[in-house]
Amino acid sequence: MIRYVASRLGLSLLMAVLATLVIFLIANTVPGDPALAQLGDVAASNKEFLAQFRAKWGLDLPLWERYFIFLKGLSRGDLGISIATQRPVLEDIAAYAPATIELATAGFLLALLVGIPLGVFAAVRRDTWIDHAARFISLIGVSSPTFWLAFIMLAIFYGGLQIAPGPGRLDPIALPPPQVTRFFVIDTALAGDWSAFHDTLAHLILPSVVLAATTLGLVTRTTRASMLESMQQDYVRMARAKGLRERAVMISHVLPNALIPVVTLGGLAYANLLSGAVMTETVFSWPGLGLYTFRSAAALDFPAIMGITLVVAVTYLLINLVIDVSYALLDPRVLR
Amino acid sequence: MSVGYRALESAALGRPSKRRRWTRRYGLATLGGGIIAIWVLIAITAPLLSPYLPDTVDVVNRLEPPSWTHWLGTDALGRDVLTRLLYGSRISLTTGFVVVLVSAAFGTLVGGIAAFARGRIEEIIMRVTDLVLCFPPIILALAIAAALGIGTTNTIIAMLVVWWPKFSRLARGLVIVQRSQEYVEAAHVVGLNPSRILMRHVLPNAVGPLIVLVTLDIGNAIITFAGLSFLGLGVVPPTPEWGSMVAEGRELVDQWWVASFPGLAILSVVLGFNFLGDGIRDWLDPKSRRR
Repeated sequence: MIRYVASRLGLSLLMAVLATLVIFLIANTVPGDPALAQLGDVAASNKEFLAQFRAKWGLDLPLWERYFIFLKGLSRGDLGISIATQRPVLEDIAAYAPATIELATAGFLLALLVGIPLGVFAAVRRDTWIDHAARFISLIGVSSPTFWLAFIMLAIFYGGLQIAPGPGRLDPIALPPPQVTRFFVIDTALAGDWSAFHDTLAHLILPSVVLAATTLGLVTRTTRASMLESMQQDYVRMARAKGLRERAVMISHVLPNALIPVVTLGGLAYANLLSGAVMTETVFSWPGLGLYTFRSAAALDFPAIMGITLVVAVTYLLINLVIDVSYALLDPRVLR
Repeated sequence: MSVGYRALESAALGRPSKRRRWTRRYGLATLGGGIIAIWVLIAITAPLLSPYLPDTVDVVNRLEPPSWTHWLGTDALGRDVLTRLLYGSRISLTTGFVVVLVSAAFGTLVGGIAAFARGRIEEIIMRVTDLVLCFPPIILALAIAAALGIGTTNTIIAMLVVWWPKFSRLARGLVIVQRSQEYVEAAHVVGLNPSRILMRHVLPNAVGPLIVLVTLDIGNAIITFAGLSFLGLGVVPPTPEWGSMVAEGRELVDQWWVASFPGLAILSVVLGFNFLGDGIRDWLDPKSRRR
């Protein structure tokens, strides 16, 4: 078991380092010029100034040397300095990540809490209107462009009905809570500031609904398919034959087995939520990694782009690793 | 007479009539196919459908609500929203088809080769595939598109870079199942060369799930392209494109028609592809087929 985890961990690390190489090559072989993007045309037309800028950021060194510098920094946990914000990339990421994790977690819980029961009902009441409605809802969820859904939600509930708060994590005039964990839900609760706590929750609702839409569709459909599959197993027939009520059969025999594929999907969906946040955060002015990514990409801020991609890729790999290991725990055949 | 008897019988057995069964089996796919066909028709005939041009600026009539002269209203520059929406279908459909078909062709070939070559080549190809797969597509595409510069072609290139691996994963899996089938061994014994076996025998047998993924994925690609356009990377203004139209109307909450309708257009066409793909999947997979 330990050997299996160690070898998987080693492979994941190797992949992550290779991933930085890919990003590095892409970032440096494409025609975009970060110096131009940062300085603008006027400042960049001054040759001396341009050369100074390039020297400062190491843009004048040969490619392999820059990558080597990047790797050396990486081994010390240093992701370099963002050209746009002039702060260490790692510090930026640490500052922006909690907002995204908070949002993604809320969206993820929402998708599971609605998606699993919906999928279960769709399977149990197969081919009835519940099933069709569930299918329709999940298809709409999968087919809606996130950025448009975000706009519609804001237009209806904030602009039209005025029952939801506007963009951002808090009311614009409210002071942010003391920074302990940078998760506003936790920080406001720790500070005992309940009106700010409610404000935080209210601000979370719309963006997390928007973010959950796609995942909700996937969860519902996977749950339905997997329920139908396990309803045909022999142990279900056995449970029915010994006279268990239908509800008991479903809850204690079918559902637990049907949820295994949903767990796998859930892990990957969470990782996707983190990146799907780009659109949601841009529309809701949510100060998270998605917004940071968008700004960095627009400014061709390559240290920041590489840092984010690396962090997200590592997260993705780690979640995959956890899924694989939990599979190995559940199913001993994997180790052989 | 016999038809009446059969209807009576199926009513007695509680079995759906022939017509309802047809609707259940092919209804969704037909609906999806119909939506797509309508959009393709619109894309081809766009200039004939509207008296306006997509980029005629009319500042006097800016931000007009929907009316008989402008069915879906006008945007901040007084351009007719419906006209821009009709023309916008050209870019969305084209990019969707191009991104998915090119990456499906490339990915399938790569995955097929990997599964057929086995050994070290397979190992290398699949590690490269995994490497690209571990990047979140939208973030990588965003980075590449930003670096290449704004433009439809550049955005398509950025999407292609991140789009092919899922096809090579799927194709490899399908070919692995096929390669141990008897007819493949028979073809080997007869002495056919491997590339011929792959192209003529294995791929046609493995093509079903690929078609499903391609169909579902075109919708996906349309959403992603529109998203990149929304972020300002896809098309150069004033090109009419749905994602950038939503972006133009983003701040106009009171003039909701500017951003709402292009979004509905995206939703409808993507829904069409999802209906069609879902229908085809039900059709191909007897286990999930609805009775």
